Amino acid sequence: MNGVIEPIIGRYVHVDIDGEMYRIYFEESGTGIPLVCLHTAGSDGRQWRHLLADEAFAKNFRIIAFDMPWHGKSNPPASWDGTEYQLTTVRYTQTIRAFCKALQLDRPVVMGCSIGGRIVLNLAIDHADEFRALIGLEGADFQAPWYDTSWLNRPDVHGGEVCAALVSGLMAPQSPATSRAETLWAYKQGGPGVFKGDLYFYRVDGDLRGRVEKIDTKVCPLFLLTGEYDFSCTPEDTRRTAAAIGGASVTIMEQLGHFPMSENPEQFRRYISPVLDKILAAEAERTGLR
Amino acid sequence: MISASNATDAAVIAAFAKIPALLDQAPALFVRGRFLDCECLLGPINHAFHASIRQGRIVDLTPSPVLMRSWRFSYRASVAAWAEYWRPAPRPGFHDLLALTKRGEAVLEGDLHPFMTHLQYFKDVLALPRRDFATAVS
Repeated sequence: MNGVIEPIIGRYVHVDIDGEMYRIYFEESGTGIPLVCLHTAGSDGRQWRHLLADEAFAKNFRIIAFDMPWHGKSNPPASWDGTEYQLTTVRYTQTIRAFCKALQLDRPVVMGCSIGGRIVLNLAIDHADEFRALIGLEGADFQAPWYDTSWLNRPDVHGGEVCAALVSGLMAPQSPATSRAETLWAYKQGGPGVFKGDLYFYRVDGDLRGRVEKIDTKVCPLFLLTGEYDFSCTPEDTRRTAAAIGGASVTIMEQLGHFPMSENPEQFRRYISPVLDKILAAEAERTGLR
Repeated sequence: MISASNATDAAVIAAFAKIPALLDQAPALFVRGRFLDCECLLGPINHAFHASIRQGRIVDLTPSPVLMRSWRFSYRASVAAWAEYWRPAPRPGFHDLLALTKRGEAVLEGDLHPFMTHLQYFKDVLALPRRDFATAVS
């Protein structure tokens, strides 16, 4: 065998989400503290492939990235009749918790980006004791819309092209061209209306203003990291959100935008490594290894 | 909006005038616009150009105003915003056409259909001066 095989393993798990079975695709690598990674709206788990392939992180974390239903290799459910897909706060929360339960993960760390960064705030509000730590990338309780999402799914506009073109500007100009192109490729491959349906959660249903104050970071530590070039979830959005939460850690990441883990994995590593170290240190303290 | 010096103003206008020639030298880009025929208004807010696009090439670029000339959409930004957009590594918030509209440095008006069907094309066409602009103003 001559080819280089990556350590990432992909499998399917059948998950009961609110009484209906979903066939969910996930990839994983490593052993240790479960670290569940949530992709951005309209994309899939491939965004995390560099983190999944990181040998140093894999020594201490079981890194898992799953494709949300309708995304990547996770199909819509068998009962889907073609009606418009819309992600809600309740459904998104149910999906994450059901996936973690199906894999019997013990108080996993959940790290989400964009819509994933928003939903970890909801996990912190309502289910903090189920998680060891929560990490929100490009996350805030709300951010101002900057385009009309009806452009994303209409027969006279190419959905893949317009979705990719809209998000292309959210990446930092310093990010490598190949990584930028790979990030956009997932947007070009998304199912019709899926990005728009995810943004229903982001724009309409998932406004957490006035709720994040309930987050208790003593129950579950919360880390928020936002790229300086993200004009969708701006550093100011994240700082404002954190200001309402006692004890939340905030990091503004230089030379990164809305897709840190995929647009510039090397640069992102510089910021996420200390966060994972802190989680490891807290775990060592908790289990008396220090 | 941020302001710019008169020299920058002139440099931005001169850079815009060169976009059709730069586009002609970028076949991979104008091929992406091969299905696009469109009249639009592009440039600095107070010194915009009427652009006639045929099969992805800008076949005419004329300073506005032109008496009773129509356009389908316009994208206009402050001179200072264009100067920032054309830096080799623009500052955060000045690195994308829609980042500029969000921060109030640019206005997008009219029938947006041709703009949205060719969004990456327009982002890339309007970024063409980036390669030479820093040299031009220094």
